[in-house]
Amino acid sequence: MTERRDFRNDKNRLWRIVLIALSFLFIVAMLVLPLAQVLHGALERGFPPFLKAVSDPYAVIALKLTLLITAMTVVLNTFFGISAAWAITRFEFRGKGFLITLIDLPFAVSPVIAGLVFIMTFGRLGWAYPFLQDWGIRIVFAIPGMVLATIFVTFPFVGRELIPVLTARGTDEEEAAILMGAGFFRTFWKVTFPHMRWALLYGVILCTARAMGEFGAVSVVSGHLRGKTNTLPLHIEILFKEYHTLQSFGAATILVCAAILILIARNVVESVSKKDDFHRARQGV
Amino acid sequence: MNPITEKIPTSDPGDPGPAAAGLSPFAGKIAGTPPATADRAARDADDAANDGSAREPARAPENHVSLSGVRKSFGNFVAADSVSFGLPKGTLGALLGPSGSGKTTILRMIAGLENPDRGDILIDGARVNDVHPSKRGIGFVFQNYALFRYMTVFDNIAFGLRAQKADRNRIRERVNELLTLTDMNGLEKRYPAQLSGGQRQRVAFARALAPSPRLLLLDEPFAAIDAKVRRELRSWLRAMITKLGITSIFVTHDQDEAIEVADLVIITNRGRVEQTGTPLDLYREPATPFVARFVGESTVLEDYGRLLGFENAPRGAKASVRPEFVHVCPPGDPVQYENSAENAEVLSVAFRGSSLEVKVGLKGFVLTTGYSLEHPALSVGEKVKILVWRVYAFEDDKARLVNNSRLESRGNGYNFAI
Repeated sequence: MTERRDFRNDKNRLWRIVLIALSFLFIVAMLVLPLAQVLHGALERGFPPFLKAVSDPYAVIALKLTLLITAMTVVLNTFFGISAAWAITRFEFRGKGFLITLIDLPFAVSPVIAGLVFIMTFGRLGWAYPFLQDWGIRIVFAIPGMVLATIFVTFPFVGRELIPVLTARGTDEEEAAILMGAGFFRTFWKVTFPHMRWALLYGVILCTARAMGEFGAVSVVSGHLRGKTNTLPLHIEILFKEYHTLQSFGAATILVCAAILILIARNVVESVSKKDDFHRARQGV
Repeated sequence: MNPITEKIPTSDPGDPGPAAAGLSPFAGKIAGTPPATADRAARDADDAANDGSAREPARAPENHVSLSGVRKSFGNFVAADSVSFGLPKGTLGALLGPSGSGKTTILRMIAGLENPDRGDILIDGARVNDVHPSKRGIGFVFQNYALFRYMTVFDNIAFGLRAQKADRNRIRERVNELLTLTDMNGLEKRYPAQLSGGQRQRVAFARALAPSPRLLLLDEPFAAIDAKVRRELRSWLRAMITKLGITSIFVTHDQDEAIEVADLVIITNRGRVEQTGTPLDLYREPATPFVARFVGESTVLEDYGRLLGFENAPRGAKASVRPEFVHVCPPGDPVQYENSAENAEVLSVAFRGSSLEVKVGLKGFVLTTGYSLEHPALSVGEKVKILVWRVYAFEDDKARLVNNSRLESRGNGYNFAI
């Protein structure tokens, strides 16, 4: 978009070409080719076998389950993410730095460990097991556990996007709203929300992408009950292990397509929000 | 204590009077206050009569806002300490001080955006410390206006009324009223981004006033505006506040701004109130060395006893001198008070619009003063006779006016015109 100053001497030019070529080569070799391979594998025997693989009842159930878990996770994480970002940017309290570190924890912890944490808490050996038993609630090897595991893994996405935006905006406008007698919800919807909508949407998209593809943590807590607790990534793995390569690649195609759609959505959001910001920036705000 | 018993400036007979009337930022103020004051006094009397019947018998103009013994610290940093002052109804107060002196913290505590650690804040005689900011009835103009940038001018101004669940027609009526008042008619569909700095400030002002607050607070209202527009807005704001009769307090670090606009100035320094008074009081009777230095232009002299006529000063005592305390005898004119005039050298001459600013050196001091364009020209290096006729002597944490003893013994009756 912006014209960079060009240092057009030969040495720099050479470096530029080498670096750009390397980046492209890397991305093609590591990302594009494998993905193309998935598509190729799925369509190797033509379209009908692919359709059959995709419409396999277990694959459909797995897809539905994946969408359900993703939807629940995104809704809950949006809520928690906004709350955490709000608390961190709007209040002064003890342990704030600790809380910020905790938000990043899922990035540092292996998803498998996240899954084990829930097994150790809610499973047969966990301290919460007797209480859950009394109430007749199943968490581990059931949907609630899988949602919990996915929330754990995708928690940072929304909050991480919002914190910088809310920090940069400051608290003036909210203080102005409160001084004029506005309550919390009016202040949030009318004043704060418009500022963070693009960042929020961006965070939600990233969170969705991650939640749909989550494997490790969910794998530990799901129990792999086919038709019951198998999400699409788990289903793909099982098919692959059972040498149903074609079906496995077929199901994988669904995930790849979803990922591409999300990527497009992400780019649209990014460019629209940039235009929005640019528009305002140009007018001097 | 009533800080704003409007002392109409009558010059003291023994006082030669501010010599450099043209230089002094107070010159306009002396002539400028009375009309507004008379108006306001009448309204105050009215209010007092109305309130008096409902509450206790009318005491002399009661303070609409008052702070007593207010303290606020952030961690180890004490932002405000033992802050006490009062502001009568309908007056415009200025919190004046250098940056970091606690003035904004004080303003935010009145609004309820910060909680004081100690002390009481009273509005209309009631303690508001525990009243939520949204219930205090305060209009607040932020330094950067904090306009809602995703709302039009109309929606910005209507925000407070909508929060109060006002009737739709009432909202439109009130917003139009304020648009007219602030001369913003026709711009109501614009977004803040499409307005100039001055227009944004007027929207912020209208927005703060829309819910009819009891008290208007403004945090550095002119800081974000370029110098030229600032002067215009200053007088506009003064006129608006006078017209509406709303008690207001604004924060500023610019003494000209405070002096030109405010009825009462509260000078803060390092979290404490140094002095409260009318601009003229502060200028003529600074209570502390800080005020003497901060208000008006001044030069601080080390050991001022070396000057002719100030031999009685304690050894090493400091004092501050204002430009109008120093008189340069135009070359060629007969020298008045020959025995107390000193020989000095002109160090620099600078053009200041309506007069010249002259720096002269004598006995190691550098003094600044004004010099009329009508007098014979001065050149750098020229020897001139000068007269220092008064200083503010610093004694511990107090400042005291000291006149030139040689002039006092000779009687008075002379005015120094530059």
